[in-house]
Amino acid sequence: MTQHLLSILIWLPIMGGAALIAIGDNKDAASSRAGLMRIAALAVSVATFLISIALYAGFDNAATGMQFVEKEPWVASLNVFYSLGVDGISTPLILLTTFITPLVVIAGWDTIKNRPAQYFAAFLILEGLMIGVFSALDALLFYVFWESMLIPMFLIIGIWGGARRVYATLKFFLYTFLGSVLMLVAFIYLYGQTGGFDLFGFVDAPLTLTAQKFIFIAFLLAFAVKVPMWPVHTWLPDAHVEAPTGGSVILAAIMLKMGGYGFVRLSLPIVPDGSEYFAGMMIALSLIAVVYIGFVALMQKDMKKLIAYSSIAHMGFVTLGFFILWSVSGNAGAGLGMSGGMVQMISHGLISGAMFLCVGVLYDRMHSREIADYGGVANTMPVFAAFMVLFAMANAGLPGTSGFVGEFMVIIASFKANFWYAFLAASTLILGAAYTLWMVKRVIYGEVANANVAALTDLNTREFIVLAILAVSVLLVGLWPAPLVDMMNVTIEQLIEQVGQSKL
Amino acid sequence: MNMMDYMVAAPEMVLLGLICLVLIADLFTDDEHRVRTFWISILALVAIFFVIDGTATESRTVIFSGSYVSDPLSQILKMAAVIFVGITFLYSRDYLRANEIHKGEFYLLGLIGLLGMMIMMSANSMLTVYLGLETLALSLYALVAIDRNNVTSAEAAMKYFILGAIASGCLLYGISWVYGVTGSLQFHEIAAAISTDPSLNNLPLWFGLAFLIVGIAFKFGAVPFHMWLPDVYQGARTPVTLYIASAPKLAALALFLRILVDGLGVLHDTWAAMIMVIGVLSLLVGNFAAIAQSNIKRMLGYSTIAHVGFILLAFFCGTEQGNAAALFYTLTYVVAAAGAFGMIILLSRRGYDAENLADFKGLNARSPWFALMMMFLMFSMAGVPPFVGFFGKLNVISAVIDSGYTGLAVLMVLASVVGAYYYLRVIWYMYFEEAEDQAVLQASTDTRLVLSLNSVAVLALGIVPGWLLALCIQILG
Repeated sequence: MTQHLLSILIWLPIMGGAALIAIGDNKDAASSRAGLMRIAALAVSVATFLISIALYAGFDNAATGMQFVEKEPWVASLNVFYSLGVDGISTPLILLTTFITPLVVIAGWDTIKNRPAQYFAAFLILEGLMIGVFSALDALLFYVFWESMLIPMFLIIGIWGGARRVYATLKFFLYTFLGSVLMLVAFIYLYGQTGGFDLFGFVDAPLTLTAQKFIFIAFLLAFAVKVPMWPVHTWLPDAHVEAPTGGSVILAAIMLKMGGYGFVRLSLPIVPDGSEYFAGMMIALSLIAVVYIGFVALMQKDMKKLIAYSSIAHMGFVTLGFFILWSVSGNAGAGLGMSGGMVQMISHGLISGAMFLCVGVLYDRMHSREIADYGGVANTMPVFAAFMVLFAMANAGLPGTSGFVGEFMVIIASFKANFWYAFLAASTLILGAAYTLWMVKRVIYGEVANANVAALTDLNTREFIVLAILAVSVLLVGLWPAPLVDMMNVTIEQLIEQVGQSKL
Repeated sequence: MNMMDYMVAAPEMVLLGLICLVLIADLFTDDEHRVRTFWISILALVAIFFVIDGTATESRTVIFSGSYVSDPLSQILKMAAVIFVGITFLYSRDYLRANEIHKGEFYLLGLIGLLGMMIMMSANSMLTVYLGLETLALSLYALVAIDRNNVTSAEAAMKYFILGAIASGCLLYGISWVYGVTGSLQFHEIAAAISTDPSLNNLPLWFGLAFLIVGIAFKFGAVPFHMWLPDVYQGARTPVTLYIASAPKLAALALFLRILVDGLGVLHDTWAAMIMVIGVLSLLVGNFAAIAQSNIKRMLGYSTIAHVGFILLAFFCGTEQGNAAALFYTLTYVVAAAGAFGMIILLSRRGYDAENLADFKGLNARSPWFALMMMFLMFSMAGVPPFVGFFGKLNVISAVIDSGYTGLAVLMVLASVVGAYYYLRVIWYMYFEEAEDQAVLQASTDTRLVLSLNSVAVLALGIVPGWLLALCIQILG
């Protein structure tokens, strides 16, 4: 089984989703058939998670190169391979994916009234495709998973989203589609240079600086849209606000990570000189995201929008951590920035997912995301308030939570690079605390604002379980990040060495 | 000339015989039992399929004093054409019956059109090409007008006929110039004549070439000779649109391959620039104009123009890889097009054509299965993986980049993003909107089954595209 572990992780949820679609849907969410669908979806997602534990257990932290490798010819005449494998960068992201999906399934349990089977099927298929992106070692296979992923998300936002869902989902699809088609052109160009789509072939291919610059730009468009980086972030607030809670969670927790993953898996090793050439610009864009978007978040009146902007700011740390590589002297500092970015990705996956779930809990009761409609929620929902405050603190980067670890590592690394980078990056400690805690203050604390808030009921068991699991994991990563960092170390060292070798 | 020579042309001859049979059988069938004509036609198609398969050879055989050629290319195209004509008949049957235009002529003209296509696919001389082309074109003109009481159909037929006649005239005029310069009508002799005497490669020949390209571009529906296409797609009854949109595209591909690659391939440098301009214009005009349409048949008409742009740009490369990409693209596009028009027929019923985009609203609530199938078809046409349309585009773009035109490739992918919008709109209507029309879908079981297979094929071919691609490369390699 271990030699096909990745294939199982990819295809089990996809097949499960296909089965849900095939068995058909029932408009009545309360029927026993719909209930069976939910249980089946949960079973598949939990089974996927349990199998992914085998991936964690079997993963060798000390080994260099790819593990759990599978390679079969796929399209022989184009030299495309069905080639999978994971290393220290992709394994944590796969685990994050398999961890978040069951929670999303539980979160949608009885809140989705309309076509539940299709809803759960979309998430399961999406899960398989996302794992595919993180484990593909062939550029075309990567691209196929990368683009296919848009289809379920397009439907999730469009069918189960809010009032402006059509606008939001079309914007999401076209924005990301436009970003990624140029990556395809870059892949085909590299295919012409190397005769195959193998990512390692791309890494070894000699490329001129001009070619590297163009390829970097093509990759940048694809990944910057996904991350998203300022100024191509505008699709994200719309998509987040309109998406159903589960969609927002997956979008924030995992899909945004694809962009960061793309930078480390493709941009840095394939076009090291191109990356170095544009590193200054990337740092500038990251800092703009951290500072400017932080201020934008401060001004939001809609909770989901606020968290969406906070995601952009936090993802700015990720790209900052990756691209200060050349400004830092010595491998230790570079490694710190890189690991910081990676830890930040995992941590942001947990925290933003939890924040969106919290907003979802409120939205299910009040059908409003406006901060102004709330106030004094702690009086009627004390347990919920405790969770929300914990996640808000984590979002603000409180030591002891996962949010602190990544940000701190990146700030330390940027101090080694340039004082002003660190100065601007550290402003997030104030801004992040300001926008998150101000929101919490207005929503959770104070007098009970109106009759609707007074009528709120506290978390039910289902919601409690989901938030409790996330709370534990946020604290776990915050207090004991060693297992996560150890998993990445060898790969990151290897990556830094690779990036250090000029292709010119 | 012995009997064996005739055997090579058996598919066309048997088809002609069977057409006579269908004609006679149809005479003795009354309207109530018209479905018999359908079944006889289907049997005829099955028989033809096996005749083509039985007479297929690995090698290239030229007979009838060099006018007719049988090679793997012609065989694969003929088989595909037979299949798509069969699918067209099947999807159309119930619609024609419900709308009281269930005439034997539909099948008869469909079969005659198929004969024309097969002649074009096997043509080895300008005259054979022209003969096949006119056989096909005349059947199509009559088919468009098959519902003679329908004003829009009649108008579309008239437009098609007049413009088609002009295009045929251009083609014939071009043929006469090429004949005048090279002294031959047969493709291999034309190619040989130009190779041996390079001085022929001069203005008079180019003049004829330009007219040939006008004729070919018209048949493809490429910009700026596309005016007829949206009108005919919209005006013709949906089964006829389905017929025009599927198999004849394969014949147009054959027309291009036979005349411009087999015959005038040595002039690639001369025609490439014209083809590129036409291809790029088709891509842009098709994609942008499709956005503005509210009639789905017209929208798919403009989308066809955009797809034709892709096919022409594959030919523009002039490499074996490019030609194979064009073949792959056309074959897979026709699968998706047949499915999409089949879906429009599926939603139609007695006295009601589901030809507006709005008719697709809420299809997911009415029939989740067929909404899913239509989604497959639309994503395939948009070129989103894992559907086969993605591999079609990938091959073409790959061929273009290999020929050194990376800028053109960037333009092509950007045009695809524009194109994605109107395909997404169909999906949006199906999934995100409430149904305006709650009628139950009325298709019979065999239609449902074939339509489902047709749609699942775009996914299956997208997951295992290797064999078809290898076949295309082998045929044109």
